[in-house]
Amino acid sequence: MGVPKRKPSRSAQRKRRASNSVLHLPQLSVCPECAAPYVPHRVCPSCGQYKGKQVVNIESYG
Amino acid sequence: MRHLKRNAKLGRKGAHRNAMLANMVCSLITHKRVTTTLAKAKAVRPVAEKMVTLGKKGSIHHRRLAVSRLHQEDAVKTLFTEIAPQFETRQGGYTRIIKLGERRGDASSMAIIEFVEAGSPQGADSKGSKSKSKAKATKPAKAEVAAEEADTATAQAPEEVEEQAQPADQEPQASDVSAEETPDSGSEDTSKKTDS
Ligand SMILES: [Zn+2]
Repeated sequence: MGVPKRKPSRSAQRKRRASNSVLHLPQLSVCPECAAPYVPHRVCPSCGQYKGKQVVNIESYG
Repeated sequence: MRHLKRNAKLGRKGAHRNAMLANMVCSLITHKRVTTTLAKAKAVRPVAEKMVTLGKKGSIHHRRLAVSRLHQEDAVKTLFTEIAPQFETRQGGYTRIIKLGERRGDASSMAIIEFVEAGSPQGADSKGSKSKSKAKATKPAKAEVAAEEADTATAQAPEEVEEQAQPADQEPQASDVSAEETPDSGSEDTSKKTDS
């Protein structure tokens, strides 16, 4: 059986754990209607439009 | 092994799940539009489409089959008399799922499921309707693909949005011919939050 030769250093341990907790911002697009950033393939949260259609009435939604 | 078991379980046993899906399809039929989680919307879609197919067949036998799945006779009546006739010439794809993003609280992905010809609220079709007419399915399909490409390109390069917006703007012209159906019957009032 292969067995680790060395105990991982604290640095290596922390790097391994930290890499799993990095927060990534979502890729954003700019809304062609209201120029606010929105997540692609989702309804624009600021104007409620999707693919040029009013999908959600923002005042009444969330 | 769970190979090829495609149905979402939604944290329920079969009877509970079937009852919930039936209720959601009935809500969709009555309100034309349901806001729910993405997983539930995706689970509702096949049931709803099969019910519309029954509705298009229209006989008393198919009506009984639909009642046996949905358990709500008034909803089945609406389905057979109002909804199914709209889709006589459409072969499947009666519903549309629009993603809304994450819900506050549990960050669950939300979505709207609606009947495609039920119309968008406020009749918002300033940019031309995505063609719902079947005869012209091929041309608008290309336009849709172009729009999607524009979307993804925009996603990769947000600073190019101005240029990318142009093809998206021209897309309605491609499908202008088919813009005749613009029902603005649906309204925000018909939307319903279903959180069963
Ligand atoms: Zn917007």
